[in-house]
Amino acid sequence: MEKRVTFKGIWLPLLLVLPQIVITAVFFFYPAGQAIWQSLFIPDPFGLSMQWVGLGNFEYLLGDRYYRASFVTTAIFSILVTVVSMGVALYLAVLADRLIKGSGTYRTLLIWPYAVAPAVAGVLWLFMFNTRVGVVTWYLGQLGYDWNHVLNEGEAMGLVVVASAWGRISYNFLFFLAGLQAIPRSVIEAAAIDGAHFWTRFRTIVWPLLSPTTFFLLVVNIIYAFFETFGVIHTITSGGPQQATTILVYKVYADGFVGQDLGSSAAQSVILLFVVSILTVIQFKYIERRVHY
Amino acid sequence: MPEALPEATENREGYTVKHSASILAAAAVMGTAAAAQAQTQVDFWHAFTGRLGDLVAEQVTTFNASQSDYTVVATHKGNYSETLNAGIAAFRAGEQPDILMVFEVGTATMMAAKGAVVPVYEVMGDGFDQSKYIGSVTGYYTAPDGNMLSLPFNSSTPVLWVNRDKLAEAGIDPDTDLTTWEKVGGVLDQLKEAGVSCPLTTAWQSWIHLENLSAYHNVPFATKENGFGGLDTELAFNGPAQVAHIGAMGQWAKDGKFIYAGRRNEGGANFRAGECALFTESSAGYAGIKAEAQFAFDVRPLPYWEAVAAEPQNTIIGGASLWVMAGQTDEEYKGVAAFMDFLSSPEIQAKWHQDTGYLPITAEAGELTRSQGFYDANPGTDIAVIQMTAKEPTENSKGLRLGSFDQIRTIIDEELEAVWSGDKDAQAALDSAVERGNQLLRRFEQANR
Repeated sequence: MEKRVTFKGIWLPLLLVLPQIVITAVFFFYPAGQAIWQSLFIPDPFGLSMQWVGLGNFEYLLGDRYYRASFVTTAIFSILVTVVSMGVALYLAVLADRLIKGSGTYRTLLIWPYAVAPAVAGVLWLFMFNTRVGVVTWYLGQLGYDWNHVLNEGEAMGLVVVASAWGRISYNFLFFLAGLQAIPRSVIEAAAIDGAHFWTRFRTIVWPLLSPTTFFLLVVNIIYAFFETFGVIHTITSGGPQQATTILVYKVYADGFVGQDLGSSAAQSVILLFVVSILTVIQFKYIERRVHY
Repeated sequence: MPEALPEATENREGYTVKHSASILAAAAVMGTAAAAQAQTQVDFWHAFTGRLGDLVAEQVTTFNASQSDYTVVATHKGNYSETLNAGIAAFRAGEQPDILMVFEVGTATMMAAKGAVVPVYEVMGDGFDQSKYIGSVTGYYTAPDGNMLSLPFNSSTPVLWVNRDKLAEAGIDPDTDLTTWEKVGGVLDQLKEAGVSCPLTTAWQSWIHLENLSAYHNVPFATKENGFGGLDTELAFNGPAQVAHIGAMGQWAKDGKFIYAGRRNEGGANFRAGECALFTESSAGYAGIKAEAQFAFDVRPLPYWEAVAAEPQNTIIGGASLWVMAGQTDEEYKGVAAFMDFLSSPEIQAKWHQDTGYLPITAEAGELTRSQGFYDANPGTDIAVIQMTAKEPTENSKGLRLGSFDQIRTIIDEELEAVWSGDKDAQAALDSAVERGNQLLRRFEQANR
């Protein structure tokens, strides 16, 4: 027999979930519906006229090789940001977990960058790597390396990835550290008595027990890389050079707010919505199976 | 001139005489409170901050104090793009201001929005004398029939800035002739040989090295009179003159003679720091360069290719103009007309021209500035005016009227960067920019059919 709290009738449960439904409807269903509706038209910016084009906006977008390339750019960017920010955060968290003295200071310092807004982080990194006056650029120049992310596509991608991942490390670090500290010491000590070395203990005990945290961070970080890195890209590269750092979200902005092409912008939002839904389904269907709660 | 001009000026704010914006704002509020209730309020949305913002506030305060029928309320709405978007969003919500500042690349968007704007000549009424305005400045903003659609507010044009000390260091006569790109090429060779790390840099590459280059050599940037003749215009800047210029610049970039710093005015920092010998930038860069440069500098006319044209046509402007939004009361339109009349008066224009380095919009204001001795005290500040007005504009040098032009500029930036990095040759890059830009023009044509 399952033990469950049950409600009699339908009205009370409905009332209890109502706030959530209202919020979802106002902030998700309505705008998403509007985007889908608008994606079928080419409107003028002032809303004076609209022309029905059916799926014309989608045809236009998918026929554009720069838009198709933007999918690849987004994939590369998101994977790099997620791997870098989670990898470094896990490494630091494992170190912090073993630390006995001064762990408070160490943790506080690691958490700091999270307070920096993406756009500000972008500007900070931009100053360091400015092609003519940046400190890092100057040191690289001394070493004989000519840094120029304004023209070099690989360097531009590297810079936006590092700038995006940097602030995110703090966030991931917090969760990883909490996850690590939730693992019972007795289990680890038992393994240590059995003769398991650090790496064996990490692989067979810590990593599986940490998997719910890792999975949560994976979902959150991919969504972050997709949507919240806009500020970094806008301040550092504006999507350049030659669209090497134009991720899908940046193109929605560029077409909608710079180009005033609301039809194309709406169609891109719909495509993005679709992509993120698929990603989330994949994550929950296939990756979550490997998670031990 | 593209979007960052206000920002650029903002960066220099610390070096110029700084009025406190809050004092001016307070003065404006007090002026409003003291005035009678019957005053008509005229809303004016602009994109200026820093020193330019203070100067706008000063103009508004002066206007409000000069009469008692209207009160202009100026509001800063972000940078150029943000101001345009704020205006569009407000119009959709029925809350639009009376006057909206729109940068020059947004001109086609505004023009196409019949029903959202009222042409300035209609607002100004019957007694409006359009001949007193400088044709090459207002030309950008006039209809094919010659009527003014929006009032030019801040306009500048590209010139060549010279670091005289750098030339002298490299053993070159600082007064050497730099009127043509052929001669500039020779000087760049000498600078490179002398070990100068940055012989030439630029700001706003598309505006200066394609849009102005085309006008200056009287070749089309786009078909249909650069878009003035209709929405079915197509880009045409992949012609021989432009390809030759971009090809030469690409070679200079490869040889380390042209240093590319970025899409906006990033190169300004290098020039003002004394690193670069030559710099192509807006004439409105004057205040910043004067404040920061620790070296002797010169303003020269933009060079031209002798091989392409025997003598140059005029250059075109960049900057912003004031559009009057539809759907306001007659009283408000009268207030708008009074304010625009005030802005066009010689004293206000001359002061604006001298304070900011922007071009005067009327010939009278230019003459007043000359008679006040400003050009003698600040040599080179009249180069831009001369360069703009020396010749009557042709259909290739009136300006550009292209939809989605902000985005087309981004495409041009991308393709030019491919040339500077050596990924593409000039012809391939410009062909690709034309092809990609034309797609956007067709979208714009469809949206505004």
